[in-house]
Amino acid sequence: MRKFLAALLIGAAAAAGAGAAMAQDGPLRIEIDQGVIEPLPYAVPDFVPETPAAAEYAAQIARVIAADLSGTGLFREVPASAHISKVTGFDNPVKYADWKAVNAQALITGAVSVNGNQLTVRFRGHDVFAEKELGTGLQFNGTTDGWRRMAHKVADAVYSRITGESGYFDSRVVYVSESGPKNDRRKRLAVMDYDGANVQYLTNSASIVLAPRFSPTGDRVLYTSYESGFPQIHVLDVGQVQRKVLSSGDGTMSFAPRFAPDGRTIVYSQTQGGNTDLYTMDISTGAKTRLTSAPSIETAPSFSPDGSQIVFESDRSGSQQLYVMPAGGGEARRISFGEGRYGTPVWSPRGDMIAFTKQNKGRFHIGVMRTDGGEERLLTASFLDEGPTWAPNGRVIMFTRESQGSAGRALLYSVDITGRNLKPVKTPDGASDPAWSPLQN
Amino acid sequence: MSGMKLAIAAVAVLGLAACSNNRWDDAANSGAGAGAGAGLGAGALDPASPAYFQQTIGDRVLFAVDQSTLSPEAQGILQGQARWLTQNADYVVTIEGHADEQGTREYNLALGARRANAAREYLISQGVAGHRLKVVSYGKERPLEICSNEACYSKNRRAVTVLAGGLTG
Repeated sequence: MRKFLAALLIGAAAAAGAGAAMAQDGPLRIEIDQGVIEPLPYAVPDFVPETPAAAEYAAQIARVIAADLSGTGLFREVPASAHISKVTGFDNPVKYADWKAVNAQALITGAVSVNGNQLTVRFRGHDVFAEKELGTGLQFNGTTDGWRRMAHKVADAVYSRITGESGYFDSRVVYVSESGPKNDRRKRLAVMDYDGANVQYLTNSASIVLAPRFSPTGDRVLYTSYESGFPQIHVLDVGQVQRKVLSSGDGTMSFAPRFAPDGRTIVYSQTQGGNTDLYTMDISTGAKTRLTSAPSIETAPSFSPDGSQIVFESDRSGSQQLYVMPAGGGEARRISFGEGRYGTPVWSPRGDMIAFTKQNKGRFHIGVMRTDGGEERLLTASFLDEGPTWAPNGRVIMFTRESQGSAGRALLYSVDITGRNLKPVKTPDGASDPAWSPLQN
Repeated sequence: MSGMKLAIAAVAVLGLAACSNNRWDDAANSGAGAGAGAGLGAGALDPASPAYFQQTIGDRVLFAVDQSTLSPEAQGILQGQARWLTQNADYVVTIEGHADEQGTREYNLALGARRANAAREYLISQGVAGHRLKVVSYGKERPLEICSNEACYSKNRRAVTVLAGGLTG
């Protein structure tokens, strides 16, 4: 499972460093915050295979890069059928006129070589109309079974150079895989690449599992399991698939766990005598701290990325609303004031926004608001949308959408925080409760 | 677990001999939230049997949208449950709280816990020892009815008293 992946700069400009390359402000720029944008046309011809065994990877890597970039809705691929030039050597001069003629504003070229199970991918981005390289070429080394990750890394670099934002393609999603009818649903934990590839199951479906959450470094997953007959919090090492029960059983229910940014503390809900409050726990010592003490429901807590605050939902006002309090507990201030009920708040990894589920007039919405509750924006509407999770760059949200009726089924969807580019995420079976990992190293 | 199944099978056989016994007919509110009797006449059940508890007394109470207060009807069912549990003191029970699908997952878990606890508190007020009554919430994870309208939702918003343990505790 562990793959070595290294990035090296290519070419004479290498000494200038990637930072300088990223900071360049060429004409090729997508401002993500703008309203409706025209997707930027680009071309990514098959990479050049430099060893015989590299042929099968060279074409597929280009296809994954294209799927990543076009999948954002910010880029539009100029298909291979329209290409005039063929790229036959990585270091051959680029015939910019041929790419201008098909209106490809960006061009990505690359080369692949395979040595045993070692895979090397090199790439360059080109600003076609400026007739120059877009940043510095990069080289990634890894194993052949990690070829998709290398494609995602290339796409992340291109995305980042053109948008000025960090990428999110080399990331994973842990979720609950669902099968069976609504009244006999089987659930098991699964983890996959952000685009639905490389699905791997982490538990069997013998007991209900809910709401997995990645650790800040992506190595562990917290989730709720009914294995003991009562919902309890488990932590799982993704690489080793080793599990450990964190909460004590004995008739108390624990659920809705999330890591603190330090990766050592968790925040969660515990129910006693029918009343649900928030607690933190030190994972290594098991020491608990009670954060709330109210007869109302307090649940779905989520830390701010700096670890200083917690956003959560409570029905202390009479209906589900969002509140923010200091991470150690104390005075909470309500931040949701619109019509309807608000739940499942999640702090953006950038720290600037909170995503939530809103229930109003029989419909469910995924929305975002500023951390003080301002600028509420609903991104989706359906019979049942819930449980947003942020892409590592804070620009895209994935969530669960469940369809109506006896044949109702849960699937994953993603949407930009602008509300654009709503689309399903491919999973082999029904799926719910996605949680996005940080960007992988 | 398998020991418990054996015990249930045994009382079901005994039930045939006890069919004329109608001491328990005053457990009036039976039909109300109980699952359908599935062709089994209530009179055929041994009043000390789990089946009698489930079908004649009624093993569940229902709740209004986003509420955990017990209706007069629910209180009647729980009074019947309390009498039965007092007279069949070997059983421990788990009260399972449930919610309909109109709600977020975490909130529904907490809401189901409130409902189960409301039933538990009422049973205690009717004289059932608290140590016999565990609660667990399934939130919206275990719907009984699968349509997406109030006809189904109303049956899914429930607290079900599940007999367990029996003599084995």
